[in-house]
Amino acid sequence: MRYLPHTPADRQAMLAAIGVDRIDDLFIDVPRQALLPEALDLPNHAGEMAVEQSLAAMAGRNLPAGAAACFLGAGAYRHHVPAAVDHLIQRSEFLTAYTPYQPEVSQGTLQYLFEFQTQVALLTGMEVANASMYDGASACAEAVLMAHRVTKRNKAVLCGGLHPHYADATATVTQFIEFDLDTRPAKPSVAEDLCALIDEDTACVVVQTPDLFGRLHDLRPVAAAAHAKGALLVAVVTEFVSLGAVSSPGEMGADIVVGEGQSIGNALNFGGPYLGLFATRQKFVRQMPGRVCGETVDADGRRGYVLTLSTREQHIRREKATSNICTNSGLCCLAFCIHLSLLGEVGLRRLAQLNHGRAVQLADQLAALDGVDVLNDSFFNEFTLRLPRPAAGIVAALVGRGVLAGVPVSRLYPDDPELANLLLVAATETNSDEDVAVFINALREVLS
Amino acid sequence: MTMNQSHEIETSSGHRGLDLAEPLIFELDGPGRCGVDLPEPGPINNRLGGLERQAPIGLPGLSEPQVVRHFVRLSRNNFAIDAGLYPLGSCTMKHNPRLNEKLARLPGFADLHPMQPIETVQGALELIDTLAAWLLALTGMSAVAMSPAAGAHGELCGLMCIRAALEAKGDAREVVLVPSSAHGTNPATAAICGYRIEQLPADDRGRVDLSALREKLGPHVAAIMLTNPSTCGLFENEIIEIAQAVHDAGAYFYCDGANFNALVGKVRPGDLGIDCMHLNLHKTFSTPHGGGGPGSGPVVLAATLAPFAPLPMVQRSGDGLMLVEQKSAARGTAASFGRLKGFHGQMGMFVRALAFILSHGADGLRQVSEDAVLNANYVVARLQDLLSLSFPGPCMHEALFDDRFLKDTGVSTLDFAKAMIDEGFHPMTMYFPLVVSGAILIEPTESESKDSLDQFIASMRHLAERAQRGDADYFTSAPHLAPFRRLNETQAARHPVLRWQGELQAAAE
Amino acid sequence: MSEIYYTEDHEWIEVEGDIGTCGISEFAQEQLGDIVYVELPEPGTEVSQSDEVAVVESVKAASEIYAPVSGEITESNEELVDDPARINADAMGDGWFFKIRLSDPKELDDLLDKATYEALTAGQH
Repeated sequence: MRYLPHTPADRQAMLAAIGVDRIDDLFIDVPRQALLPEALDLPNHAGEMAVEQSLAAMAGRNLPAGAAACFLGAGAYRHHVPAAVDHLIQRSEFLTAYTPYQPEVSQGTLQYLFEFQTQVALLTGMEVANASMYDGASACAEAVLMAHRVTKRNKAVLCGGLHPHYADATATVTQFIEFDLDTRPAKPSVAEDLCALIDEDTACVVVQTPDLFGRLHDLRPVAAAAHAKGALLVAVVTEFVSLGAVSSPGEMGADIVVGEGQSIGNALNFGGPYLGLFATRQKFVRQMPGRVCGETVDADGRRGYVLTLSTREQHIRREKATSNICTNSGLCCLAFCIHLSLLGEVGLRRLAQLNHGRAVQLADQLAALDGVDVLNDSFFNEFTLRLPRPAAGIVAALVGRGVLAGVPVSRLYPDDPELANLLLVAATETNSDEDVAVFINALREVLS
Repeated sequence: MTMNQSHEIETSSGHRGLDLAEPLIFELDGPGRCGVDLPEPGPINNRLGGLERQAPIGLPGLSEPQVVRHFVRLSRNNFAIDAGLYPLGSCTMKHNPRLNEKLARLPGFADLHPMQPIETVQGALELIDTLAAWLLALTGMSAVAMSPAAGAHGELCGLMCIRAALEAKGDAREVVLVPSSAHGTNPATAAICGYRIEQLPADDRGRVDLSALREKLGPHVAAIMLTNPSTCGLFENEIIEIAQAVHDAGAYFYCDGANFNALVGKVRPGDLGIDCMHLNLHKTFSTPHGGGGPGSGPVVLAATLAPFAPLPMVQRSGDGLMLVEQKSAARGTAASFGRLKGFHGQMGMFVRALAFILSHGADGLRQVSEDAVLNANYVVARLQDLLSLSFPGPCMHEALFDDRFLKDTGVSTLDFAKAMIDEGFHPMTMYFPLVVSGAILIEPTESESKDSLDQFIASMRHLAERAQRGDADYFTSAPHLAPFRRLNETQAARHPVLRWQGELQAAAE
Repeated sequence: MSEIYYTEDHEWIEVEGDIGTCGISEFAQEQLGDIVYVELPEPGTEVSQSDEVAVVESVKAASEIYAPVSGEITESNEELVDDPARINADAMGDGWFFKIRLSDPKELDDLLDKATYEALTAGQH
């Protein structure tokens, strides 16, 4: 077995040094009836080629998004990731290190976490950020729990445009504590008045922008309304590239900004691993969940970094911790950090413009088709179509024409017939003029 | 003495040979520079609803070679399992095969959107289903929830299943019992599930005190959360009696599976009476730790808890596989406690874990646990005359010592750990578990050869003898040879600086 | 003439008239190590004996501070917020946490005197 260094002679020598005859003498604490006498009746070890063949066969039974004209979004976005990103994150010293518990031999990880926290703070317009959460949905749930701790109130209002996975993850973690969620219905053609729903019992109001349907929201009125009642505004961003083009939630008054960082530096990966982002105001930092890296000096006075404020965390506070999270998304942070370093100010703003431009072009051409309406007044790189028939059937028909046309809203809300004809369509810099033409022609055919 | 020479020599660049000083990415900024070539955007009639960004973001501009050099230089300040022995107890730092990285990057896995039509992702669902079948066979359990993103997330999943099952019976109960040796995530998780925590004492053998457990059990107890093998590296030899007592009280048995590496292929938790257990794919099944994630924490469940498992789940449907994403009586998911995260789970980790499992097979996985246990016991056998072993008898896959051997030396466990860095090893886990003083928890894993262990043992013996000889200053000022000297954690916590503040400082000046 | 009392949880209270000044003991600051953060009660808060009123944190530990007696918080030592090292430097003096107006001076009878407290901690070093 190529991964196991011991020879039978090594094992014998080691057993002799320990002073036992057989390996099972070391398992004496295991109840005899539970100790398996031999290997399970399953396939035995296999060489690299055999393993590669069997997994490649499974991969071959999928349609990679890049093999079609792909317009899927709804919280996961296909962007070009520069080759340097994947090369660098596979450096042994990053890939095969543990959480940086020993800072003297972990400065590589700690410095990029510090850089990552700074990047997230800058993008969101917030003062501080943590060293990541599991994904956007779990970060959203943690933000609501944090607002509960900060305000000591027991209610949150979730906007109707919040990705339902985020709303569901939030409902899951609040279901066994005394906490009420006012989850607004998903109504893409109606403006909702969140301000009227905020009262003295509200811990926070959660607003996603761009929302599930692609609409951009000016957060200032809802921020003012929340603050007037002593509540916090939690802003959710599922497409971080948008922050290269639109005002940051921090500028618009958010108190906590959470989101999904996948679209910078990370592949689609069928939904995971992704990268939960979490940023807030300095004054709330001790209520922030998750690991955080801070600057200090070493014994020679040299600038360095350590994990800090760890008294918030489970290994010290145990049941009083701000969260139970420990392992987070370290390597996904690194990919985000490297990709954003390559882009820089100029690159991110241009990337955002390219995404928006492609989406505007696509939306205009789709709107020109008979029976197709674009519902959005505003959008970044994703918008909602109303089709003349249920979207799921149309999407299925388009797969055969080489188009992954978008996410039918019915996949997320199967029980709401009013949403059955709606399709979420995203365009990024990876879509060519040809992709757009293929989509338009195929949709015209399917609808005729 | 030569040990401080590297610090005494001053260079004009601040670099020290291969140890290259590297500023923050923000300090390398060249305004207007960019490391990515993108086409010029055409004119557009923007639809941003009047929310165009006005202010600059403040991101630095660098070219690709500058970015590559920056991160390569940073990487060289890290210790890594690829470079040397990394005996962090409870963390299972084993070899990360590169085949697994290659396979996770196949476009048929990496370039799949989570919301593609189900007929275009049948191979992905097959991979999840195949991995699930292996996890069930290895644990002897009835069902598995694949979506949790890490061990602590798996704990949350397991305890939520238990709470949902109890509520379905009409009484959620109030208390979760947690041994004092438990990882901090256990009580933190129980608190999120609305439970009060009561500690279980250990007996003088480091095991759960069965009679104390029986006294604590009652109709108010929802569950016990027990790590097996424990964080002391010991198998709970009365585990079947523990399970029986817990079940007799109408409570559930949650097992923290962080230490499953000692058991894989050798013992099935289902044969021990466990009701649910999370598996850290980034420990036992070798998905890389990546400097702190991403992980993956599937939870195996007994039949009694299966109906409450989170969404989504993969199920057979006719000739193919489907993804059940909603509560559905027809699909047996009506009682699910809900969704834990976005989309379907850590697919990238599933590919790596399955590649690890198929590479080892049934025979290789059994050899994994046997070699892991053999290595830990070999370390004990060769060190127990000099270091103070906390509990006698064979251990499982990790060895627990305490700081009695350092008594009156002026050297703490922390100092000893820092001196190990100078010896070329990553320190062991220290001060955990909390049940012994100055804990030294060593987990060598099955990846280490006998030669590698012998070198490690020789260094540990050398350091123990040096400490006992009275060379405290050497230890309290260690490490001497690492890229950085000891970092000031007090300063970091008293005056938290959590981001680069150059632009703020510049504005203030 | 003021008198100092201690609790088994290592708080001290020095009483003058109906006002008590509270902090943590020299032994407690030594056990905690470098203190990095404190959370203090708001003046005006009514507390009962043994309520959690403050938090003190070192790099690797966090402890709750309990009210030694019942009463109204009259003042908090805001100097500690910016300079928690004062607690390490002078736990029984400059490092005081808060002042409290005693509502039931009889509660002092539940507390330990200096000699008893010192005997209690002597074995724990």
